[in-house]
Amino acid sequence: MRTRVLIVLLAVSAGVALAAPMSVQVRNGKVRATPSQLGGVVATVDYGAKVEAGTPDKGWYPVTTVDGKTGWLHESALSKKPIAMRAGTTDATTGASSDEVALAGKGFNEQVEANLRKEGKLDYTWVDRMSAFKVDANEISRFLKEGHLPGGDQ
Amino acid sequence: MNERRLKRISSVTAGMVLIGSLLAGLLSSRSEGKPPADRDPKRDSSRLGTPTVVARRTGGGLGRILSGDQVESILRGAKAVQKTWENLTPEQEYYIGRAVAAQVFQTYRPLDRPAANAYLNLLGQSLAVFSGRPETFGGYHFLLLDSDEINAFAAPGGLILVTRGMVRCCENEDELAAVVAHEICHVEKKHGLKAIKQGRLTEAFTIIAAESTAQAGNKELAALTREFEGSVGDVVKTLTTSGYSQGQEREADAAAVGLLQRAGYPDNAMITMLRRMDKQLANARGLGFAKTHPSARSRADALRKTIKDTESVPDPVRQQRFSAALQPILAGQ
Repeated sequence: MRTRVLIVLLAVSAGVALAAPMSVQVRNGKVRATPSQLGGVVATVDYGAKVEAGTPDKGWYPVTTVDGKTGWLHESALSKKPIAMRAGTTDATTGASSDEVALAGKGFNEQVEANLRKEGKLDYTWVDRMSAFKVDANEISRFLKEGHLPGGDQ
Repeated sequence: MNERRLKRISSVTAGMVLIGSLLAGLLSSRSEGKPPADRDPKRDSSRLGTPTVVARRTGGGLGRILSGDQVESILRGAKAVQKTWENLTPEQEYYIGRAVAAQVFQTYRPLDRPAANAYLNLLGQSLAVFSGRPETFGGYHFLLLDSDEINAFAAPGGLILVTRGMVRCCENEDELAAVVAHEICHVEKKHGLKAIKQGRLTEAFTIIAAESTAQAGNKELAALTREFEGSVGDVVKTLTTSGYSQGQEREADAAAVGLLQRAGYPDNAMITMLRRMDKQLANARGLGFAKTHPSARSRADALRKTIKDTESVPDPVRQQRFSAALQPILAGQ
């Protein structure tokens, strides 16, 4: 009897350790089919979205999205702290604690940038232009392969 | 003694306890003699947590003296003191980085060459994949600057700028990869954010904590914008004038070597690039990279302890695409 209880307790605690909620802390998170930045994209997750994250392996978390899709996200795209979204967004959280508020997109945000633009203090034309430069995973894979760079074999 | 006088005395006493605790926390944090950015936030958190504990312990008494809002405000203020650059979110880092890049463009004009910029982005993003921090809020983006100065800048969040002079200092893709890898590693290690003065962050986090709604009011927005501009100014000054510490440069060099290895580039490209830079900078003492970085020779010497300093023959495909994409720049056009 005691052994059976111990087994059940271990199984429950293992389950808890295996899956924990985490928040996406990048604007366009890409859930990959394999633990690699060059892996195929199985789902995209927005800033602040919650995922269930398992035990990380070499910086990669196995994750399950809210709509049940599974894949991998790099640790740099995830935060253990909850991210309370801004009011008006679909995930808006009310009554956020002060720690959550610090992650709520307040402070140095687009509102401050808009204020600087309005005052004509900074010109963001080239910042926006360079931010629009996009390179997809296929182009990177080809660049690495053609250049005989073995990192692309991962 | 009347009730009003008693209230005033206990109010002053409670205030002194709080202020004393805050000062004690601050003084003990200074006693280690480390700059705030280098401190262990966990240790800071426990040390500077004292005022919060004191306030809570005396909460019953304070509750009769100060209003709930006032106590909450003091607690928020005490909590904001604990915040360092490490508490900046990737989103906040992103907006700081954008403003840093915009400010750098006030001094350095962007180079509008689509083919060259496309190649630089392909190279840079291929390297970023192997970084210890492949994901940032807005991703990594690269741009050439129309300047003969030998220099490169990494704005927080992943906006990386490389001068025409720096490109011309590189003889092949491997050496340019070494330059770009070094800058990516500054972003990975958040060296730019560490340049922000602690006082600005404390001010900013106090304003943020005091706000109960997501949208700041006009007064708070003006105050936040002021702290934001100051923070951006701190980073730009470090990038363009004072430079990172020697320790941070060496840390970025060592991380860049690992990044090059993971991508498959020869790691000795870091040394050949530094050697070439050393020669070029001999004629440009006090300008650009020479002004903001430790000597290229000393950096190469430090790397020789961990990697072999051997000349390698550049891969012909990499050499060809490097020359094709950057030909006008390399030819001095």
